[in-house]
Amino acid sequence: MNRAQLLACPECDLLQHDAPLPRPRKALCARCGAVLYQRARGGLERTLALTVTALVLLALANAFPILTLELQDERTTATLAGAAAALWSQGMPLVAMLVLFMALVMPLAELAALAYLLVPLARGIRAPGFGAVFRLLRFASRWGTVEVFVLGALVSLVKLGHVADVEPGVALGSYGALMLVMAAIEASFDPRELWSRIAPA
Amino acid sequence: MNATAAELGLLACGTCGLLSRAPAAPGAACPRCHARLAFRKPGSIGHCWAYLVAAMALYVPANTLPIMHTSSLFGSSEDTILSGVLFLWESGSWVLALIVFLASIVIPLVKIIALAVLAASVQLGWRARRGERARLYRLVESIGRWSMLDIFVVALLVALVQLTALAAVRAGPAAPAFGAVVVLTMAAAQSFDPRLIWDGERPAA
Repeated sequence: MNRAQLLACPECDLLQHDAPLPRPRKALCARCGAVLYQRARGGLERTLALTVTALVLLALANAFPILTLELQDERTTATLAGAAAALWSQGMPLVAMLVLFMALVMPLAELAALAYLLVPLARGIRAPGFGAVFRLLRFASRWGTVEVFVLGALVSLVKLGHVADVEPGVALGSYGALMLVMAAIEASFDPRELWSRIAPA
Repeated sequence: MNATAAELGLLACGTCGLLSRAPAAPGAACPRCHARLAFRKPGSIGHCWAYLVAAMALYVPANTLPIMHTSSLFGSSEDTILSGVLFLWESGSWVLALIVFLASIVIPLVKIIALAVLAASVQLGWRARRGERARLYRLVESIGRWSMLDIFVVALLVALVQLTALAAVRAGPAAPAFGAVVVLTMAAAQSFDPRLIWDGERPAA
């Protein structure tokens, strides 16, 4: 039995043959239906291009206001960092850190880890600490919640819109675009291709 | 092929998926990505229950205490998560009211109950409905993150309205409790090992 041609379902441990998929699609476990792996269109080059795009969007999303409020002659804006700072100053450091972690630090870690692995790989070089950075990537993608944050900003916009003049800022659009690009990264990234490039089986 | 990796003495890496032959010493690392290897997540059910009990305890203050104080020239008010939903509903934003109600109240509760059922079913050695329980686990894992919604809303409202002279919004004591429920239920879902649902099944020929 050749171990290289077997894989175990991550959710039920059943061993199955690792037959290459002819077309871009997901392979599901025959017993429990979990996704075994996906063969993505475009491969790692597409993932890298999307990652660079996402990093630019994340920078924009944090450089500009998400929402702007006008009340009488006063004008205030909210950025993600500003929201965390406000919570911190109100004696809620843990909530502030949680918001910062899930909407900024974890997505940034995920994108930075992807870029760190994929840029040298495009020239056939294995980045130092490959395994550790891959584990960081897996952790960060579980805890980042960009799409939830975008919905949260929309709810805030509507909620406050009932009592005051609120306008969406540039960063809301950037975060919305980031949400879509990160979904595309998820759909295009095939970790198996990553490993097969650095250690051909 | 009709065996699990564990039955053949193979360890599947939970991080990168590589199969490797089980070493003699426990606590070995994956040869490819160096993540810790185990046949099943160590202490899975115990950790899951610990996170769940803590989440259940904090679910009560998260929903009964105010999550937001609003003060203005016209007086001050306090909002719980539920009264925030009612405000959205009464002001005509039915879709958003429904979304916030699902994300903040229904999803955490569904997660806690579903994970408790899954953990108990493994402990009691249930054989029935393995496919349905596997699907339930995948559902719980995919919806969990949406509970963060209300925390993000409070954070943005606090940032927008804290500096104006006419009004001020402050986060209430339910905010840290609710944040903790989100983190604890996500940790409970990640500590549960879905492979335990299938252990002991004889795969059909």
